[in-house]
Amino acid sequence: MAGSTARVPVAKTYKIYIGGKFPRTESGRYFKLNASDGSVIANVCQGSRKDFRNAVVAARSAFGGWSAASAYLRGQILYRIAELLEGRSDQFVSELVLQGVSRRKAKKEVVASIDRLIYYAGWSDKYQQIFSAVNPVSSAHFNFSVLEPTGVVSLLAPEDSSLLGLVSNIAPIIVGGNTCVVLASAQLPLCAVSFAEVLHASDVPGGVVNILTGFAEELTEQFASHMDVNAIVYCDGDSEVAKNVQVRAADNVKRVLARCDQDWTADAGQSPYLISETQETKTTWHPIGG
Amino acid sequence: MSVVPLPQEVRMPDLSRVALVDEVGVNERAARFQTRSIKNESKVEALHMILSMIDLTTLEGQDTPGKVRQLCQKAIHLHDAMPGLPHVAAVCVYPTMVGEAKKALGNHDINVASVATAFPSGMAPLQIKLEETRIAVDDGADEIDMVISRGAFLQGEYRYVFDEIAAVKEACGKAHLKVILETGELGTLDRVRRASVLAMHAGADFIKTSTGKIQPAATLPVTLVMLQAIRDFYYETGRMIGMKPAGGISNAKLAIHYLVMLRETLGNAWMTPEWYRFGASSLANDVLMQLQKQASGVYQSADYFSKD
Repeated sequence: MAGSTARVPVAKTYKIYIGGKFPRTESGRYFKLNASDGSVIANVCQGSRKDFRNAVVAARSAFGGWSAASAYLRGQILYRIAELLEGRSDQFVSELVLQGVSRRKAKKEVVASIDRLIYYAGWSDKYQQIFSAVNPVSSAHFNFSVLEPTGVVSLLAPEDSSLLGLVSNIAPIIVGGNTCVVLASAQLPLCAVSFAEVLHASDVPGGVVNILTGFAEELTEQFASHMDVNAIVYCDGDSEVAKNVQVRAADNVKRVLARCDQDWTADAGQSPYLISETQETKTTWHPIGG
Repeated sequence: MSVVPLPQEVRMPDLSRVALVDEVGVNERAARFQTRSIKNESKVEALHMILSMIDLTTLEGQDTPGKVRQLCQKAIHLHDAMPGLPHVAAVCVYPTMVGEAKKALGNHDINVASVATAFPSGMAPLQIKLEETRIAVDDGADEIDMVISRGAFLQGEYRYVFDEIAAVKEACGKAHLKVILETGELGTLDRVRRASVLAMHAGADFIKTSTGKIQPAATLPVTLVMLQAIRDFYYETGRMIGMKPAGGISNAKLAIHYLVMLRETLGNAWMTPEWYRFGASSLANDVLMQLQKQASGVYQSADYFSKD
């Protein structure tokens, strides 16, 4: 009989990515992802606030090592992510198609995502020169300002640009030495999980990028209020969402970055300013002469 | 120095009669404590209890009087922004720091515990161990944390280990004696059980898992075996012995699971700082962060809590 039975396809379990591991959500909750014809594509983890809490712990403990890594190394690692994404581009294209994106658009999006990683890999040891300065002061001091990563960044990734939008936000955060916790698009979550696998295979230390799947309505509050998060980036939502984020972020004076209605395919979708937005400026007064 | 006569019942136990440990059973039982969910008011109560049971510890070669004073300040002022918190049970330091700690703690009702007997290895002649113990007690230590000679124990020199503990107990005078088994070096749960029985018979007031210098340090299964030994010793002799897991308990959730295990093995009578301690350095801040989270609903950051 062997050979005459149709093979049962092995479906992939889409899990979340925390601290360099792929656990299921601790809540045990899942939501169904449907194709346009109504068939079920996958059961996706509905991440909880405890998953988020665990992810922040992982991001915080990864921050020391990642922020201390040389700019050169961070650039190399971003380049490596691009290399591996290139090698798996067919998978990402078919995942996008599966979720209802046209093949032509999907191909374009994957290529743009790879190029975007290369773009930020190149900036890794250059943005510092642009945003740092030697300041004129009228005293016997050598006065200079340099950038330092702000810390742990929480990111509510764009809902409609599930790969390019995700990469365009993660890359400037991590190239600057920050670590991040990301909530993937709820409608198009597959690429984010597969991108986590790419990150996992590209020398990115565990905890530098943590990716959850789930619903923004449920998690925005936690993303904005957690005292151990230093900046929040959000990409969707009306003025009510904006207000909610800003009020909750005020407790520990997070940086709040709204990137709504951004066309990530456009030239403006990449810029060293996006790196500088999650950096702090440290100014030093160094006595001279006397 | 006063000599306290040993109680009548100090007699070497027959270790061949010590019950063997069912390792699979212990591991399964210990794993089940971790499935309990302690929420809301019970969680807040448990967190308060944990704080009151902590031996706030610094045992580094780089310790300085300044570091010890800082630790004592932390013991007294855990987090002044949150009123109504209990204070920790004790601070635990090296013998040379006992005087400094005693001074820094002043009139506060916080004990000074000192490790002694050539902590952490225990590799020193007996006279030196006893002398070290006496010095720590004379400097004001309320509690002595001694280490057993694991090498001798593993060689089967039980009599030597027994006599050593009894001698240190005598040198302690009125100070309480905690006996560190260093379970990470004993290898099997059977040996942990045997060492526990030996220590309790030799006069330990507390038995303690680890120095914190060897991995693995405290684990739930090892602590469970020791708690069971304490329970059986109590049934046998009517004497209560305290328990102190130490090393590796750095978050509040795990500490709560230890409390669940304590409650279900020894019962309420042991659930006070008099009979149960946590040896930890970073646990206190995690507990404080959890308490703040319960009060505010917002996850906390270590940035806003004093270092310990």
